[in-house]
Amino acid sequence: MDVLGRYRNLIVLVGVLFAQVLGLAVQVKRTTDDESTRLIRIWAVGTVTPLEKALVWAQTSTGNIWHNYFYLRGVRAENRSLKQQVEKMSLERVRMSQDADQARRLQALLAFKEQFISETMAAQVIGSSGSELSRSVYIDKGYNDGIRPDMAVITADGIVGKVLRADPANRHVALVLLIDDQTSGVGALLDKTRLQGILRGTPSGEVVLEKVMSDETVPPGEMVLTSGGDGIFPKGLLVGTVTKVSPGSELFLNIRVRPAADLSKLEEVLVVTKIDERQAEPDQTGATRAIDILADRLPKVPSKPENAVKADASGAIAPGTVVPTTVAPTGSDAKPKAVPAEASAASGTPTAQKKAGPASSSGASSVTSSGPKATAAGTTTVKDSPRPVKATVEPKPQPAVEDSPH
Amino acid sequence: MAITYTSGEQVEVYRFSIPATILIPLAAVFLQAFLPLRFRFFSIFDLPLLVTIGFATARRSPLAGLLTGSCIGILQDALTHHPIGLYGISLTVVGFGASSLGIKLDVEHSGARFLLTIFFYVVHEVVYFMIARGLVGLHMEWSWPHELLSGVANALLGVLIFMLLDRVKQRT
Repeated sequence: MDVLGRYRNLIVLVGVLFAQVLGLAVQVKRTTDDESTRLIRIWAVGTVTPLEKALVWAQTSTGNIWHNYFYLRGVRAENRSLKQQVEKMSLERVRMSQDADQARRLQALLAFKEQFISETMAAQVIGSSGSELSRSVYIDKGYNDGIRPDMAVITADGIVGKVLRADPANRHVALVLLIDDQTSGVGALLDKTRLQGILRGTPSGEVVLEKVMSDETVPPGEMVLTSGGDGIFPKGLLVGTVTKVSPGSELFLNIRVRPAADLSKLEEVLVVTKIDERQAEPDQTGATRAIDILADRLPKVPSKPENAVKADASGAIAPGTVVPTTVAPTGSDAKPKAVPAEASAASGTPTAQKKAGPASSSGASSVTSSGPKATAAGTTTVKDSPRPVKATVEPKPQPAVEDSPH
Repeated sequence: MAITYTSGEQVEVYRFSIPATILIPLAAVFLQAFLPLRFRFFSIFDLPLLVTIGFATARRSPLAGLLTGSCIGILQDALTHHPIGLYGISLTVVGFGASSLGIKLDVEHSGARFLLTIFFYVVHEVVYFMIARGLVGLHMEWSWPHELLSGVANALLGVLIFMLLDRVKQRT
């Protein structure tokens, strides 16, 4: 008993340490929080975050009053400069919308499915984890606001991280893991070289792009975008810029990236609450191009009867099938009247795609097939697509064309 | 001489009121989570560690010291996304060590407190490093210049915090 009394403090110390080490080992082994650790987290977050929210609210309100009612110096000049900027950007927007229209048409031809952010929720950053080794922040939106784990968190400048915890018990608070944390991972690609890699944080808080082979050339200054491969961030969001490239371990490059979003000064973020996936469709409201009008005025191939389709599949023409007159005739010097594949591809009109089969090679008329199926299968190759030509004629109501999105 | 060896009879033992015992560690954890967002440089400081050392040296009870350190550490862990216990273990060791040293040394002087804080800051970092790397498998980098500079910065702030704690501690 004397020994126990003498070493009481030491025994308690060993007991407490042993319990914590054991608890730690159990948590490391498990991938999810058990009930006891979850409760501790709920209590801790529930205790600390209301204070943080109150302080942030007070700070924001005071700032708003000051900036909106008192500190208005230079607003007139700023307004003038912004107006000029708007005019400049309007012109740029017109040019870019034309490029976008063309891209959409091409995407439609390739049955390209694009992901886009359809819903976001603005949230205020109210606190951090308080540890340099846990680069995460708390936001003032949580489970009850529709926030769920693994939702992407972004700012206007670039990506920030993903929602790590959104517990129903802490209804209006969520934990966001930043991209510079060493346990985070984001699928990323380089803008120009299109090389893909994994973006990770380091213990010192830097961001590196991993898994890019060392025989590749990556120039500093190149932009890094999300690749969409992680299933969290949609493809094409800005991540940051390459700052330094050096040979890394094994066969990979060590690419340092400066995040586009300032992760040390986060105040407001957007949580991507819904990502939709849709097939790209050409914009029908855009300006009509001369090539589209021309393509629509040319004769079209009528729909094939069912038995023709069967014959087409088998490579022979079924008896009694009426072969349309607009199909490509045989002979090397014969010129088909159908719209050239390149022209139709660029115009977004899935017309008259030639299908080379045994019948054509044996001197028989080749049967054309049209419709989205041919393009959806990815068989359409767009090469040397003509540059968009601005229509010099007034856009007229287009004649109804079968199988044409226009 | 700042640090003097004192006998057990000469040592004065202090206590803290219940509100102070609860609210001061809570405030430390809260400020540690809140201030680095507004002032980036603040992330170099470790307020919960300083409060643990302050409480432990004033109470001079190893049992109270390790329990205080354990509770503050677990609270700090709960706000991170890492397993609970990383800060818990290291602050338990610091709480026990600081209170044990508090019995043996006179830690009423600012110089003694300054040196003690640097020492326990490094102890805390070493224990944390070992657990995070060995048990949790986190990648960590150790840099002596960084740790010592951080230790000095924390010690400077620690001296101020201990002076504030002196105002709320009560003689038993």
